[in-house]
Amino acid sequence: MDLRYSDADEKFRRELRSWLDQEVPKHGAPPPRSDWDARRDYDMGWQKKLFEAGYAGVNWPSEYGGRGATLTEELVYYEEYARAKAPYVGMNFVGLRHGGPTVIAEGTELQKQTHLPKILRGDEVWCQGFSEPSAGSDLAALKTTAIRDGDHYVVNGQKTWTSFAQKADFCELLVRTNPEVPKHGGISWVIMPMDLPGISISPIDTIRGESDFAEMFLEDVRVPVEHLVGEENDGWRITNVTLRFERGSAWAQDIYELKEFLSDMAEVARNITSDGATAWDDIGLRREAGHLAAEADSLWALMKWQLGEVARTGMPGIGGSALKLAFTELNQRVYEFGTRLMGRMGLSRTDLAGHRNGYTVDTFLNTLSLTIAAGSSQVQRNIISERILGMPKEKR
Amino acid sequence: MEFQFTEDQTALQEGIRSFCEGRFPFDGIAELEKAPFSKELWAELAEMGVFGLRLPEDQGGVGLGMADAAIVFAELGRRVVPGPTVWGAALASVIDGVASGEVVVSGLDTRLASPAGMTLVDYGDQLDVLVVLRSDGVYRVEGSALSGELVEEPLDPLTPMLAVTDLPQGEKIGDNDLAHQIRVEATLLASAFFLGMAESTVEYAVAYAKGREQFDRPIAGFQAIKHIAADMYVKQEMARAAVYAAACTFDDPEIGNPIRAIASARVVAGEAAMHNARKCVQIYGGMGFTWEMPPHYYLKRTFVLENTLGTGEFASEIVARHIDAA
Repeated sequence: MDLRYSDADEKFRRELRSWLDQEVPKHGAPPPRSDWDARRDYDMGWQKKLFEAGYAGVNWPSEYGGRGATLTEELVYYEEYARAKAPYVGMNFVGLRHGGPTVIAEGTELQKQTHLPKILRGDEVWCQGFSEPSAGSDLAALKTTAIRDGDHYVVNGQKTWTSFAQKADFCELLVRTNPEVPKHGGISWVIMPMDLPGISISPIDTIRGESDFAEMFLEDVRVPVEHLVGEENDGWRITNVTLRFERGSAWAQDIYELKEFLSDMAEVARNITSDGATAWDDIGLRREAGHLAAEADSLWALMKWQLGEVARTGMPGIGGSALKLAFTELNQRVYEFGTRLMGRMGLSRTDLAGHRNGYTVDTFLNTLSLTIAAGSSQVQRNIISERILGMPKEKR
Repeated sequence: MEFQFTEDQTALQEGIRSFCEGRFPFDGIAELEKAPFSKELWAELAEMGVFGLRLPEDQGGVGLGMADAAIVFAELGRRVVPGPTVWGAALASVIDGVASGEVVVSGLDTRLASPAGMTLVDYGDQLDVLVVLRSDGVYRVEGSALSGELVEEPLDPLTPMLAVTDLPQGEKIGDNDLAHQIRVEATLLASAFFLGMAESTVEYAVAYAKGREQFDRPIAGFQAIKHIAADMYVKQEMARAAVYAAACTFDDPEIGNPIRAIASARVVAGEAAMHNARKCVQIYGGMGFTWEMPPHYYLKRTFVLENTLGTGEFASEIVARHIDAA
């Protein structure tokens, strides 16, 4: 067992840290969440800077313009990115973390050439059209149909939780191309241009107020068949491809941010005084912070342990479910702790007088979505108990 | 970085596991209860290298690192092996004769609360030496100087306790730095023992649930049971990663803060052991409440270790002190 980064990793760390120290302050604070144009400029502008400096797509293969970093360089990248409080991936989330990786794994050469460089450069925003009103945890029950008509699929249906639909250029869309077979066997994965006629968008107001999400209504949308990724009706397998691409590192940056955030909260607590004592003098509060930090430490270690498994076996294990479950649950408790520490300041969703109260409470609200999205905690527990512990499946 | 067992470490794990499974089969546990600990058992453990693992070879040890010791102690935990093994391994470099198995040693940290005028000493009637960690350093008390009554009903049937009324002061053999070093090392070994217990209780619970039928099917098929088991599994995985990360950081302190890493491992592994033992009792149902089934041994040993080197709450406080230095 060895947890030591190599000299090459440390050299990469020094270069990246010095670049981030210079560029992060220059990029400034993010615009208000309701200003979509400014948000696109901010998120994509940062992506362009990453690309020009050679830091875009750190885990993408170099043949597609990525850095092709080793697993340990990737960890260094996330550590430094979190430490520098560099901009959140934002609108690039679906393209960089989901759609792009799927195209790399399953797309045609033309699809790769068309989309990958633009995603990396920050020229192309993607959204996700997976969930439907009656297909949530049971995603394979989706009903949106795509019927072949000559060189086109004619798409009809309704999607929901379509992230960044308002500003997206393309949508990774799951459609039913064969209604005659059992539900997993009739799904296809297509790239839908968002400027086609028949697409209408209606934003969803979430508990955070403004939203990255929307409902999307599709009425006779004609998608050219060359936008199909992989084989027709093979979409369910393709949907699971990105899990493989992520090599188990999907939550690495978020986990490291927890460690940083708890350290920041300790500093906040040392500066909150009341009756001549600081909040940090409260042994109950310190122990809660220490306990949460211990769990964050163990998740960071578990991430490295799982990456070690990937390096040994070449495939990320099913253990990613354990990490997703543990991280998203801990994440909620950490930001709830932060919000409680803010006291009455936490009753404002706007930052007050230079404090991070608004950021903290807004992040806490957002943590509530992560135990639901991408396979809820309950779905993860089913996966762990059935596929790892070998307990019988329930009828589904 | 390759945070996985090496081939040698896998072989070490297999060796100690097959020893423990042969020496402490669960169907022999009732027999073991009659005499949980003896000098012969201690000598056998010493022969396996349990105490001398980290001592240099020229001092009669095996010359391995803390990561290797953690692997061994997780295996001891899986079978709730009796004896003051954590102290033996932490004190092998302090007390002569421990590594070879000639001297039976245990330890006592006076920071831990005990009723006024009385101290419960694990295996107190079997010791050659008791090492006492006091607020001003490390003291050596000869086993023959300990007097008291054996507790009639110790919580853990495999951990007899001597109730010592007048704990001798003993001879000072080290300062606070040594006391600190012993505490840190013993805490890590105890965390590894917790890890092994947390693993075993997941395995017992899942195996029992697969075999136990109610409503005409195995209870392992009910989501209510599956979700408890999944949470137990997650705690075990977190504990394993934390314990081995702490051991690696101890062996190579340049990669992080060993004090924080060890305290974090103690928090997470202790909680995994306690949670999983309780839930194991629950999944066994009525059988889990019987003496003849395994879960209660794990629950009870967890309480022994919880009260050996400071509680989980105390370890959380240590993490908080180091919260700015991961």
